Amino acid sequence: MKVWKYGDNINTDMLFPGKYTYTCSTAKEIKPHLLEDLDSSFSENVSEGDLIFAGKNFGCGSSREQPVVGFKAVGIKAIVAKSFARIFYRAAINQGLVLIECANAVKSYSGKGDVKLDIDNGKIVVNGKIFSFPKLPDEIIAIRDAGGLLPYTCSKLKNKYNF
Amino acid sequence: MEMTMTFAEKILSKYAGEKKVIPGQIVTIYPDHLLTHDNTAAIIHKVKNELEKYGVYSKSLSVIVIDHVVPAASEKTAANHKIIRDFVNKYNIENFFDVGIGICHQVLIEKGFALPGKIILGSDSHTCSYGAVGAFSSGIDRTEAASLLLTGETWLKVPNSIKMILNGKLSQGVFAKDLILHIIGDISGSGANYCSVEYCGDVEQFSIDDRITITNMGIEMGAKNSVFNVDEVTINFLKSMKISSSAYESIYPDEDASYINELYYNLSEIVPLIACPHTVDNVKTVGEIEGLDIQQCLIGTCTNGRLSDLQIAADILDGKKISQDIRLLILPASKAIFESALKLGIIQILVESGAIILPTGCGPCLGAHQGILAPGERCLSTANRNFKGRMGCKDSEIYLASPATVAASALYGRITDPRTVIKK
Repeated sequence: MKVWKYGDNINTDMLFPGKYTYTCSTAKEIKPHLLEDLDSSFSENVSEGDLIFAGKNFGCGSSREQPVVGFKAVGIKAIVAKSFARIFYRAAINQGLVLIECANAVKSYSGKGDVKLDIDNGKIVVNGKIFSFPKLPDEIIAIRDAGGLLPYTCSKLKNKYNF
Repeated sequence: MEMTMTFAEKILSKYAGEKKVIPGQIVTIYPDHLLTHDNTAAIIHKVKNELEKYGVYSKSLSVIVIDHVVPAASEKTAANHKIIRDFVNKYNIENFFDVGIGICHQVLIEKGFALPGKIILGSDSHTCSYGAVGAFSSGIDRTEAASLLLTGETWLKVPNSIKMILNGKLSQGVFAKDLILHIIGDISGSGANYCSVEYCGDVEQFSIDDRITITNMGIEMGAKNSVFNVDEVTINFLKSMKISSSAYESIYPDEDASYINELYYNLSEIVPLIACPHTVDNVKTVGEIEGLDIQQCLIGTCTNGRLSDLQIAADILDGKKISQDIRLLILPASKAIFESALKLGIIQILVESGAIILPTGCGPCLGAHQGILAPGERCLSTANRNFKGRMGCKDSEIYLASPATVAASALYGRITDPRTVIKK
């Protein structure tokens, strides 16, 4: 498991350049361009279970869900940041991607050492130091646990129409 | 329990059917409209089977505007547009605006979908623009738009609210764009994250065009929505569009509502400003970087592509030629604006000065097509975002300013304070 560390204000153009937004929408199309203008090594070297640590206002900018779809597809386990921009945060819930707002954990991670994540118990351990993060509201966990908003919506529709 | 509410609390409580809501509370609401644009193709693809089974929730919920890559720049984008037209026909979508009508945010206001007291969600971050006419509006992602197409409902967290109290009057050569850059520079690109921003104080000097510039850029400080209370300016604007007052119900915050922050701005102290690469909150005075050479200028977009913006540019460029070293691109926010600018002779003036008129749409602003930059080039733009790579090239630079600053700079091919060229 690798931790990818980035700074403050990582915006949606850095996460996934705007010029691809109307030509790439599937995970396969998105993957090679993930973080293209920020870290060209990311898409080649990322693997299942990796974490991203970042500073404040991660994901600011466009209502661009390709980075979220891409992170989910390459197996990013969670993004831990000092703070997230609103639309990105919402998009992550809708794709079932785990985001953790925990400034102290980010501050204490220098780029080296051991990181363990216990999502269900709201704990993150950085080089032996334990940080807690608050539980999400039940409404949001229900969406995440369904695997994202569309599976959640579809199961509601099935119940409503009974087919 | 305290019953006073901010604008956001009041409108969300109304739509949630609750007497009172508090920040942090999650409510389920049915928005009046759902905006989608070229991304409609990707959105409907996500729920293709469900649409076949259940159909759309409502034919009148969606407002679809094809504007992001228009006219199509490639076979793929052309095919996307076709998928959208087929969807509109198959499901009898009532509100569809094809290539050439305008930029979605302008269209929503011009065609009367964005009205006081309405809630509009859209799969575009600048959906926050409609607070200019007293609506609650906010950006969402494609997946949520897909879910809304099917169910018409979604959840929203009630935001905290910030009050921006504007005092005094802007000086000559200083515009709404300078004001919003000043505010973003002051509170930072995340200074209003998750918050509803309400503007009050001496706001009657701001036309609806000005207000759209200000609310459009709410997202650039992280705001969920930003809003001007409905006043004479709004009512007269809606009257001019022949929208009857019975078509909407204005919502006002309570006088003693509670805000997490109240910020005061003295408008007379603001000077022409410019957002420098590569973040919108990297704001300097035009004076600080005056003389820096530029290769491209862009006047237009959903932020500053309205008639008054083009008029300001024409007033500065009238009878003059732009520098031979730059390209000046004009991007009207809608066909209606373009037509008015034609009738008023504005387009004639701009073209004679050396400008290139682009079809209404978003193209260059997001680096889709028409005005991509080369490595090492600088663009001075009236758009809302200057992120690295935004205009299609990560090794170029984007600066953001008012139409007056961009027009004045186009004359000399370098950053220029508009107050040096504006006719007294």
